[in-house]
Amino acid sequence: MKITVEEDKCCAGGQCVLAAPEVFDQRDEDGIVVLLTDTPDSSKYEAVREAAQICPAACIHVADN
Amino acid sequence: MTPDAGREPARVVVVGASAAGLAVVEAARSQGYRGELTLIGDEPHLPYDRPPLSKQLLTGDWPPERLLLREQAHLDGLAVTMKLGQPASTVDADAREVVLADGDRVPYDALVVTTGVRARCLPGSDGISGVHVLRTLQDALALRAELVPGRRLVVLGAGVLGAEAAAVARGLGAEVTVLDPLAWPLARIVNREIGGWLAEVHREHGVDLRCSCAPVTGLHAAEGHVAAVELADGTVLPADTVLVAIGATPAVEWLAGSPVTIGGPEPASGSGGVLCDPRGQAAPGIYAAGDVAAWQDPATGEYRRYEHRLNATEQGRAVARALLDPGFTPPPSVPYFWSDQYDLKLQTFGTLDADDEFIVVDGSLGARRFIGVSHRDGLVRGALGVGMPRQLRAWRTAVAEHAPWKETTPA
Repeated sequence: MKITVEEDKCCAGGQCVLAAPEVFDQRDEDGIVVLLTDTPDSSKYEAVREAAQICPAACIHVADN
Repeated sequence: MTPDAGREPARVVVVGASAAGLAVVEAARSQGYRGELTLIGDEPHLPYDRPPLSKQLLTGDWPPERLLLREQAHLDGLAVTMKLGQPASTVDADAREVVLADGDRVPYDALVVTTGVRARCLPGSDGISGVHVLRTLQDALALRAELVPGRRLVVLGAGVLGAEAAAVARGLGAEVTVLDPLAWPLARIVNREIGGWLAEVHREHGVDLRCSCAPVTGLHAAEGHVAAVELADGTVLPADTVLVAIGATPAVEWLAGSPVTIGGPEPASGSGGVLCDPRGQAAPGIYAAGDVAAWQDPATGEYRRYEHRLNATEQGRAVARALLDPGFTPPPSVPYFWSDQYDLKLQTFGTLDADDEFIVVDGSLGARRFIGVSHRDGLVRGALGVGMPRQLRAWRTAVAEHAPWKETTPA
């Protein structure tokens, strides 16, 4: 799995952090998404897919290898 | 036994191809659903996102393609039959078929209603050019074409849509007047203190914001184009362009004669939406999600409809689960909302009722960077943040659990 994010689409809602806190964080100054890893281990796949689906700005993209 | 009980539906038909409808089909596939999925939409476009219509699309920063919620290749991977540009006209619940406007009949075992809302129009404005609503991509492109320096824009309604459009229009150099009969902007979402603060922000940016305004009685037109807005107190405001942002009504007409129940006009009775149980079921085999749906709150018994972007996705995902698992009960959700105006981002978790106590716990209104928390009877009800998204998120659990109020950020 490879994750990409479109920072300029991010609405800083933090839903991704709630879904997958080991993969996503938010910048202190403006809350924009920070990717802690773009290739998470398989135990995180389900949480990452949930984060991508729930994101209210649709700015998280997941590609399966 | 209802047809939903115990067995996975062979054919799921989703009517409404926006955020909620997309969430249903996407979540159904991620839950392992292998049956037939059909997504029906009245607009010709692939599912696209609406919040940017009054933000990045209206400013011209983003081309329409950037609004697509998913790429075509991703949608192909979901194996969904898409019927776009084809409005549904009725439901034949006995035959279990959706009837499309062109007469085509689409059979279903489970039907999901995600038709959203329609912008309310101003009576008497038909056929007058320069009068706009803002709900669809076409609406936004038509409005954008008129927002040029010096253009006199009158916005009817200081809700989220009107306030965001006013901010964008000022940025594009238009002369902007905003009218609202309520006492402060975003009055249905924020309290008086925040509303007053926000009004000041708009006035500083040159918006002529008139709250507690007399009702609009009509439009003046010259050669078929809008020329002025007239108010009940006799005021006549010259206008080159009018944006009617006075709310929206659930798109439920096509459900007339179906077994679903439509709610009453009050917020606690579902504000005209499709009444659903706490897992989104409206009638045997029929579910609803998103702006059109009024789900029952198990805690209060009230039916509430939310026109919030995150709610569309959450309910769509929950319906997909409920369709496939009769024992599934969705976790309580926390209303989340955001709005971008000028360089400010407002976000709320929960609700800020006018009667609740509201305390700024971090930053300050003057600095335009703060978090305020509302509480009632000693329990946290909502939190609003401006420019502090990460810190605001720390309050979400306290809002969700109605935690005992204290002024420090919950650990």
